[in-house]
Amino acid sequence: MSRELLRVEDLHVWFELDGGGELHAVQGISFQLSEGERMGLVGESGCGKTTSILAMMGLLPPNASVSGKVILDGVDMLEKGEETVAPHRWHDIAMIFQGAMNAFNPVKTVGEQIAEPMLLHGTASGKSVASARVRELLELVGISGSRATRYPHEFSGGMRQRAAIAMALACQPKVLLADEPTTALDVMVQAQILELLVSLTRDLGLTMILVTHDLPVVAQVCDRAAVMYAGRIAEEGPTSTLYHDPRHPYTRMLFAATPDLYGDDAVISIPGAPPRLDRELAGCPFQPRCDSAFEPCPTKEPRERSFDGRHRASCHLNEVPTGATAV
Amino acid sequence: MSENGTLLEVSDLVTRYPVARGVIGTIARRPRLQVHAVEGVTFSVGAGEMLALVGESGCGKTTTAQTVMRMVEEDSGQIRFRGRDLTGLSHRDLRPIRREMQIIFQDPYESLDPRFRVRDTVEEPLLIHGGGSAAERTEKITEALVRAGLTPPDLYVNRYPHELSGGQRQRVAIAAALVLEPKLLVADEPVSMLDVSVRAGILSLLDELRKSGLGILMITHDLSTAAHFADRIAVMYLGRIVEEGPAREVVRSPRHPYTKALVSVVPKRDPRDRTVPQILKGETPNPVHVPPGCRFHPRCPIAIDACQGTDPALEPVPGGGAEHRGACIRM
Repeated sequence: MSRELLRVEDLHVWFELDGGGELHAVQGISFQLSEGERMGLVGESGCGKTTSILAMMGLLPPNASVSGKVILDGVDMLEKGEETVAPHRWHDIAMIFQGAMNAFNPVKTVGEQIAEPMLLHGTASGKSVASARVRELLELVGISGSRATRYPHEFSGGMRQRAAIAMALACQPKVLLADEPTTALDVMVQAQILELLVSLTRDLGLTMILVTHDLPVVAQVCDRAAVMYAGRIAEEGPTSTLYHDPRHPYTRMLFAATPDLYGDDAVISIPGAPPRLDRELAGCPFQPRCDSAFEPCPTKEPRERSFDGRHRASCHLNEVPTGATAV
Repeated sequence: MSENGTLLEVSDLVTRYPVARGVIGTIARRPRLQVHAVEGVTFSVGAGEMLALVGESGCGKTTTAQTVMRMVEEDSGQIRFRGRDLTGLSHRDLRPIRREMQIIFQDPYESLDPRFRVRDTVEEPLLIHGGGSAAERTEKITEALVRAGLTPPDLYVNRYPHELSGGQRQRVAIAAALVLEPKLLVADEPVSMLDVSVRAGILSLLDELRKSGLGILMITHDLSTAAHFADRIAVMYLGRIVEEGPAREVVRSPRHPYTKALVSVVPKRDPRDRTVPQILKGETPNPVHVPPGCRFHPRCPIAIDACQGTDPALEPVPGGGAEHRGACIRM
């Protein structure tokens, strides 16, 4: 296994609400990533996926407070807040925002917009250096460099997403956080973008976190995945293990709710909705929707347990002795 | 196909949209261009059957549905509903037919009026179509809510859309469609705006409605959903159906090169099922300038010279059932 590059330790995010009170959006997540690894962060809307990666970038709004560590190459970026994140942001860790492809300024050329952060961050001295780099970046994501002088409306959706990826790569980051990078795209274009992301991690040694609600996308692209629920990681492990040997009912039920092209098994929805995070949670947060809940679940918070092969889950079923398994 | 039970028969449907030329274009007398949204589409939907029209953005699947629903005027072709051709019918003559064919849309956050309580939303179609006394209407509303899975109905009748989840909103839209007891339901991307955990519930509901005899035309970009819930799948590309057949067969042994590519790029749940995706270059061409011959030939991995000169018709695939048809000279 290659060397550890990124470690997140006990990350919490709270949002102060307008009407008073707090929303505990991320409730102590921890994970680590090796160099060149691709990890999926999956879960339903509101489970804290996007908030977690925004916290890692130091890009949360002012009403948010954060605790925990985000250690990149041995350095805790969150130690002194903005002061310690700013030098790393975009240079070491970059992000493709959800819907970035639709956020281009329509009256500036795509090339100008990719060059902007480079000039701002001083990674390119002068316009000619920047424009040479822009061409290089466009070629890297599969767009002819000559298209740098075109406007966003002259690009198709897939090309705009490629340009957004090029923009994130402008300062040669080590870690790329991609938030739903293919959600609005057609399957064929999605396949093209996923292929590009995989080849970028392979060729540039980029480490990637792919945030998505789409389990099959993670299954196809990522080595490992963390399944988030109610601001916590319910289960984390190699994607194949999560599918074949899940240790948390939520993981199993999410897979069962997802239709598969060749699957013949019934597709079953998960009843209910995720809990509100503006109040204290008792017991296991998934318990009200779980098909396997038993006595301890409503009151006792499950402990996290590790299994073979970098696999861990937080479920009381894993505490049941005599070889019984959770799912 | 006019066997008993056929609800909807669409034949050779063509729908085009004019492209706005703008002031300068008009003065310069630039040629009038058209978007060839639907270019000769033929299919049928039977009672108790779900047909999925599948394809990427711009393939014409939604325009097909909207033309069938008479929301858009066709250029040519026939739309026979329960034996009667709907093309050319006046608004007045269409009215009684409209209650028998209903549509639900993609976005239940936008398709419901935020000022309407659930009761008002579901009642509105009854008021428009003269649905009896207040007591009768209440009974019908209750029945529709129950059929749509909003039970107990008393819990929902007085709620506003903002008090409901996405899945519940889509169920309200379905209840409003069901209240007139239609024979055909058109579902345009009914779950693509919803969270994964609730999609299955809505799709299972549609499946139950189908089993109870409703004919369903589902429009979706998601081949996995179509494979799971539809009886038959019709794959569209640039305004044409390029392959059609029993859902399992189309997905497991696709015959048209476009379907083959599409099937290969759909992500599978099991990481061990990772297939080598056959990624087509570029994107679907603009439907204003449709390629000559087979419209798929510029992107087709197995195209030969003849493909540029022949516009293939939908024909039974060699060695397949009569139900399985494809439009490719190389099948």
